[in-house]
Amino acid sequence: MIDFRMPSLGADMESAFLREWKVKPGDVVKRGDIIAEVETQKGIIDIEVFNDGIIGDLLVKIDEKVPVGTLMTQIFSLEEVKTEVKKSGEAEVPKEKPNIHLEVHRASPLAKRIAAEKGIDLSLVKGTGTDGAITREDVDKVVVEQTSPKATSTKTAGENIRAAVAAAMSKSNREIPHYYLQTKVDMSGVLNWLAQENKQRGVKDRLLPIAPLIKAVAKALVEIPDLNAWWENGLQRKSGINIGFVVSLRTGGIIVPAIHDADKKSVGEIMQTLTDIISRVRSLKLRSSDLSDSTITITSLGDGAVETVYGVIYPPQVALVSFGGITDQPWADNGMLGVRPVLNIGLAADHRASDGNTGNLFLTLLKNLLKKPDLL
Amino acid sequence: MSAPSVSIKLSYREALKQSLRDALKNDDRVFLMGEDVGRYGGAFAVSKGLLQEFGADRIMDVPLSESGFVGAGIGAALNGMRPIVEIMTVNFSLLAFDQIANNAATLLHMSGGQLNVPVVIRMSCGIGRQLAAQHSHSWEPLFAHIPGLKVLSIGTHEDARLMLLTALKEPDPVIIFEYTAMLNLEGEVPTDTISVDSIYAKVRRTGKDISIITYGAGVYKSLAAAAELAQIGVEAEVIDLRVLRPLDEKTIVASVTKTHRALLVEDACQSISVSSEVSARIMEKCFYELDAPVLRLCGVEVPIPYPKHLEDACIPQKEQIVTVAKKIVCHD
Repeated sequence: MIDFRMPSLGADMESAFLREWKVKPGDVVKRGDIIAEVETQKGIIDIEVFNDGIIGDLLVKIDEKVPVGTLMTQIFSLEEVKTEVKKSGEAEVPKEKPNIHLEVHRASPLAKRIAAEKGIDLSLVKGTGTDGAITREDVDKVVVEQTSPKATSTKTAGENIRAAVAAAMSKSNREIPHYYLQTKVDMSGVLNWLAQENKQRGVKDRLLPIAPLIKAVAKALVEIPDLNAWWENGLQRKSGINIGFVVSLRTGGIIVPAIHDADKKSVGEIMQTLTDIISRVRSLKLRSSDLSDSTITITSLGDGAVETVYGVIYPPQVALVSFGGITDQPWADNGMLGVRPVLNIGLAADHRASDGNTGNLFLTLLKNLLKKPDLL
Repeated sequence: MSAPSVSIKLSYREALKQSLRDALKNDDRVFLMGEDVGRYGGAFAVSKGLLQEFGADRIMDVPLSESGFVGAGIGAALNGMRPIVEIMTVNFSLLAFDQIANNAATLLHMSGGQLNVPVVIRMSCGIGRQLAAQHSHSWEPLFAHIPGLKVLSIGTHEDARLMLLTALKEPDPVIIFEYTAMLNLEGEVPTDTISVDSIYAKVRRTGKDISIITYGAGVYKSLAAAAELAQIGVEAEVIDLRVLRPLDEKTIVASVTKTHRALLVEDACQSISVSSEVSARIMEKCFYELDAPVLRLCGVEVPIPYPKHLEDACIPQKEQIVTVAKKIVCHD
């Protein structure tokens, strides 16, 4: 049995409203299935499960606001349920969909009748009767709650996101002693490689420069783990390399979805993931896994005239890598002056967690990796 | 505009006596027979003075032979009389049970509808006078089980005053249960009511939160409990079944449909009781109206003990009714 708790969708999230359950007790779920919708400051987010199993009682009610870590339901393995059923001496559970109730919801006949008439899911009603039985009063209460307007904040989604960004960035500048490093990279190798690659790809699958850049950052972090970390009561290195990628919204504000295990993904897979999450972010249809567990952030302002970005770290991370635009610049190589497409890469790092030398090693490594894009 | 209801205060005993007197006055075919009903004035003085008033032909002392005199009463009824047979207490009724169950109850059926048996059999009943196990029975369920009988239970002064007169109009055998423990209890009897029915249960107090369904000695106890419940905001409806056979299902169902909760109260022991039947009817007819399990407060499953405190502990008391009703309504 696994406890399923309200996930942390970003380290700055403290609580969320449960807006919808997509499952009911006894439902069989697979890893990755969406079981609920919650509303955070970042909008409505689909919550996925990470284990196969059978859903237990739903412990959080619709429109209830609960803190991160609150037990929402329990997920039982098929084996556990079978053992349970065998113990009680009943027939074996059919394999496809075991029609079992892990706990029978006691409800009075009248309560059941009213619930059926009004379309109330009894598994979401808290019983106050004898032995926790659901009475008419309990159902009536839910009916009233559902017919009265929802207790939502009066703020718009945009205002909520703005507030979330404000809180995280204030905390960052208040608590994190940033240091900034910067380097220039000749991108001609990467761009040539991309041109070759894209010849073999359909329009939809074409790679953008950001994909090899993300992959290179991920590879560099394997060597420099001190930057792939959180600062929470000291340095906590993270085993997975989950790269948060800043996506700006058309309505204003930013959201930072994660590309999980970027070091293990190919450049093509990274591009695919990126396309996928950016479209979900822009339509505010995020999943819980999109928002959790980032270990470092990348921000890219390559579209405009900006050459260098001095980033603000997203706490509790300890580093942020930033890309400006790629511009043609005079470039000295082998004693000759030429014109090359040049990218300015910035690093903002937490001086509590690392020193300039760490950052220097990281940027140097990154620069070298980008010289051999075919090996990424 | 009807005149305001007027009433007089009477003891339960006096109300029963006045109804006997009215019955004897109204119809020459009516006579009373039973052990000690004449010269002694009745074991509980219910018929005191009637021998002097109506004479030995109509107030008839009989030998101590329940089977014999109940059989004689049935015979008289078959031959056009309207006998009121008093069995001193329900405890002795078993000696007449064969006459009641095998003759009175069956003859209409067995004669193909030719023979009505318009006999009224009264018996004192119940516990509460420290008469020990053999003299404290509550056997209403026993008689309510038998097809062919009408079984009435007199739980109020109004019914004590008027129910007998209605029973005598029945063409078929009627068993009337009176309650020894209530004989000295004084109560209001409306003087503007001249008759009562013998068909329906009666709502003795209206309420919306719970139906307390009872009969006999349970009626006043339940009303007292309802008054106490009202003080904590629980409005109990009290239903006096009155007719234990055939049960007035409609009144029960209407009340439970309104209150959605039911507590059944009776002195007879719980297993195979009138409450068992009422509970089953509620399940059958209005299960989907129930907001809580139907609960019963009945007699304890023991031969009734002699000591007062143990006797009291054997039957539902007001305090228990209040406690259980509160539990059903307020869940505490």
